[in-house]
Amino acid sequence: MSKVKTGIGRRSFIKSVSLAGGGLILGFNWLACNRASEEETTKEMAMQMPEEWFELNGYLKIGDNGVVTIYSPNPEIGQNVKTSMPMIVAEELDVDWSNVIVEQAPLNTAIFTRQIAGGSQSIRQGWKSLRMAGATARQMLLTAAGSQWDVPVSELSVKEGVITHSGSGKSLSYGEIAKAAAQVEVPVEVELKNNDDFNIIGTPRKNVDAKKIVTGQPLYGLDTYREGMLIAMIVQPPAFGMQFKTMDAEKVKEMPGITDVFTINTYPEDMEKEWSDVTAFPKLVVVVGESTWQVMQAKKALHVEWDLNPELTKEIEILEKSAGMEDVSGLESSPVHSSLMAQVGPGESEVVRKNGNPEKAFKNAARVIERTYSCPFLAHNCMEPMNFFADVTDDHAELYGPIQTPEFAEKSVNKRLGIDLENIDVKMSRMGGGFGRRLYGNFLVEAAVISKKLGKPVKLVYSREDDMTNGVYRPAYQVTYRAALDGKNNITAFHVNAGGITESPLFANRFPAGAIENYLAESWTINSNISTGAFRAPRSNFIAGAEQSFLDELAEETGKDPIEFRLELLEKAKNNPVGEDNDYDAGRYAGVLKLVRDKAGWESNNTNLSRGVSAYYCHNSYVAQILEMTVENNEPVIDRVTCAVDCGIVVNPEAAKNMVEGGTIDGIGHALYSEITFSDGVPQQNNFDTYRLIRHKEAPAKVSVYFVENGIDPTGLGEPPFPPVQGALANALYRATGKRFYKQPFISELKNESRTLKT
Amino acid sequence: MAELNIKINGKDQTVDVDPSTPLLWVLRDHLKLVGTKYGCGIAQCGACTVHFNGSAVRSCQIPVSSAADNEITTIEGLSENGDHPVQQAWLEQDVPQCGYCQAGQIMSAAALLKRNPSPSDSEIENAMNGNICRCGTYTRIKAAIKSASNSQIA
Repeated sequence: MSKVKTGIGRRSFIKSVSLAGGGLILGFNWLACNRASEEETTKEMAMQMPEEWFELNGYLKIGDNGVVTIYSPNPEIGQNVKTSMPMIVAEELDVDWSNVIVEQAPLNTAIFTRQIAGGSQSIRQGWKSLRMAGATARQMLLTAAGSQWDVPVSELSVKEGVITHSGSGKSLSYGEIAKAAAQVEVPVEVELKNNDDFNIIGTPRKNVDAKKIVTGQPLYGLDTYREGMLIAMIVQPPAFGMQFKTMDAEKVKEMPGITDVFTINTYPEDMEKEWSDVTAFPKLVVVVGESTWQVMQAKKALHVEWDLNPELTKEIEILEKSAGMEDVSGLESSPVHSSLMAQVGPGESEVVRKNGNPEKAFKNAARVIERTYSCPFLAHNCMEPMNFFADVTDDHAELYGPIQTPEFAEKSVNKRLGIDLENIDVKMSRMGGGFGRRLYGNFLVEAAVISKKLGKPVKLVYSREDDMTNGVYRPAYQVTYRAALDGKNNITAFHVNAGGITESPLFANRFPAGAIENYLAESWTINSNISTGAFRAPRSNFIAGAEQSFLDELAEETGKDPIEFRLELLEKAKNNPVGEDNDYDAGRYAGVLKLVRDKAGWESNNTNLSRGVSAYYCHNSYVAQILEMTVENNEPVIDRVTCAVDCGIVVNPEAAKNMVEGGTIDGIGHALYSEITFSDGVPQQNNFDTYRLIRHKEAPAKVSVYFVENGIDPTGLGEPPFPPVQGALANALYRATGKRFYKQPFISELKNESRTLKT
Repeated sequence: MAELNIKINGKDQTVDVDPSTPLLWVLRDHLKLVGTKYGCGIAQCGACTVHFNGSAVRSCQIPVSSAADNEITTIEGLSENGDHPVQQAWLEQDVPQCGYCQAGQIMSAAALLKRNPSPSDSEIENAMNGNICRCGTYTRIKAAIKSASNSQIA
């Protein structure tokens, strides 16, 4: 495989100039024109495979029969980028989607930028480069056709991969000209389509992996089996704050199929770690064997002794003392967390944003309303537990499996094992969920270290229990809101004090910052031995619901309709913003509220259902939701959720609806049912018998999704539907029960309330 | 270890394993039928659902020894060409997000429709309640089951 470099800097790839006519000229560069060697391509689409492939750039190649392979650069965790990113390339390429085969690109930092599944950024940040890749190839194909026919390119047109010259009536397909196109000099600039000319973007296209999924074909990391591969599993400390002391492995080594039992240190202290190298348990016991079940049995039989890790527990002891506790242990328990958050955290707040004179406004207030909200730790619980395949020798590493941050994982392996980056080959499988957990590749590094030690290919497999008790949890959060009202029920000041273990959920510059004259935002954090990490819509996944519950109470206290109340604040933020760093567009915010109000029929009182509304902005997108429910026999019964979404251009509408439906249900489920609690450092939930995820019976009967159509470049969708619905849920629960819900998971409060009412 | 004869998707297979090994791990590790997924190992999530003489069961709880002399069907054997009405309905409704739980969901749904070709909403919910989907595709799953129930299902 030979590559021809254009010699122009690849990193200047995204440089664009708007045209007066509404089109876009993109200055750019890179490109590799070459004939691809044989690639493994599935024949699932029952297409006749071409004899030869011509790679026009790093994103795509065209076969001599017109079949187009588009590489999807980013990891697929269920957000459907493996379909929607290639759709964007195909749009500008002007190809028949039914002639497209999609393949997952491997990690390749020389071609792609930001191969990450995180922050709902794949489509937003890939938008221009994906379009440019398609448009560049199209331009090269047209140039080649123009040369062959000796006519100007301006006289050519393309439809679904067929180039036509109207003057002469000549036409040919991309496949016929691909070989010549691969020899064409890469254009310095190409023109992108106007939105009105899209015929793939904005049309529903099915998940490209759907057939494999519904027929059970191997797709996921856990489905990896290789010749000579061993299975490895970890045994980790039973509690956060504990560490390995000793073990008696001799009998276990005799068990059938077991080949090795040893300890590893994934992250030695002198290793320079990446941000993604997170674990509370760097030192692990590893059991290796021939089959998963044999290793699982050996794990159970293995006797390991653990003891306290004084370096970890010391700091917690200090915290416990500062909260006035007499019985300090250094091992964390949920009641201890609660007292720390109530007594220690807010006392150590830092001011993050201040407008006007909030102290004075609170002093002069006719009324002050204060409410505190909290939520527990959560485990990500990807349905596919953490796992990774590794085949590592002294100077080469092949790694395959589910990872949201392959680039950082590659660097970690480079630093941990000293293997050159170019000799580390990271390939991504489709992932059985990500939700942020697979941003942190500790399991990948563990697999690499184990394979290196064994000198054999190995698949590391976490059991569900290992997965759920491994940490990297959604932090526990708390927020206290205060609002000052004058005698006429105007809000004169707003105070948010937010913190958590081990991170604050505060977004100081988000609504209602900018809408209230006197504003104070404060933040605090409490340390812990428990490792935490990003969880679907980090920080927003709690504070959105809390804020939207508090605004609901304020609307009620001031005698206003909850939507009207929000719209008034947004109107003020739009026309007369307070401060300069406000991180939202008040007009788009109001837009989703108005749309959801219309679509849910908010203003008609023709319902026996209890309704709650919320709206929130995160990951560059706006979502408003109205949830309608009843409470029957102390159980929530959710009838319908109506969602209005502004994420700009919707690339794949059916998949986008699916994402909003799922995000909404996932948000409801976690607010209602899920929690990880601790007793002396031990997670009290380790599988789905004790950790509750929402199930079929508890899901809303209907989720209706509406998108704002505004032609703005697309923004994130994987995360934005998750946070706000928790507020709509809390507000609907209030209308159903007469009680406000401040503490997640709400089901505990609902049950407590019903017990209280009965006695 | 013992040699056991089992019949998977109509095909006789011989495996040399401890008879107490769960069917799930025999399917995956020994027969490389990886469509049946591991999710929890304690029959709480439904990802490992297969058909045992036509009924939906959690293969993580079935010792392989008790699978002998019984008809076992996995997602790979649900239809010849991936065109079982339930699979077709899943494609039509574009149900999957991450897709990991869907084989189990499909196996539960197919078993339900076999014994009850026109289930009500609550019958669907009851039959499917043991299958967790963290992505939250429940409304689409229900729509797909309803659509398959209206098609001509044997």
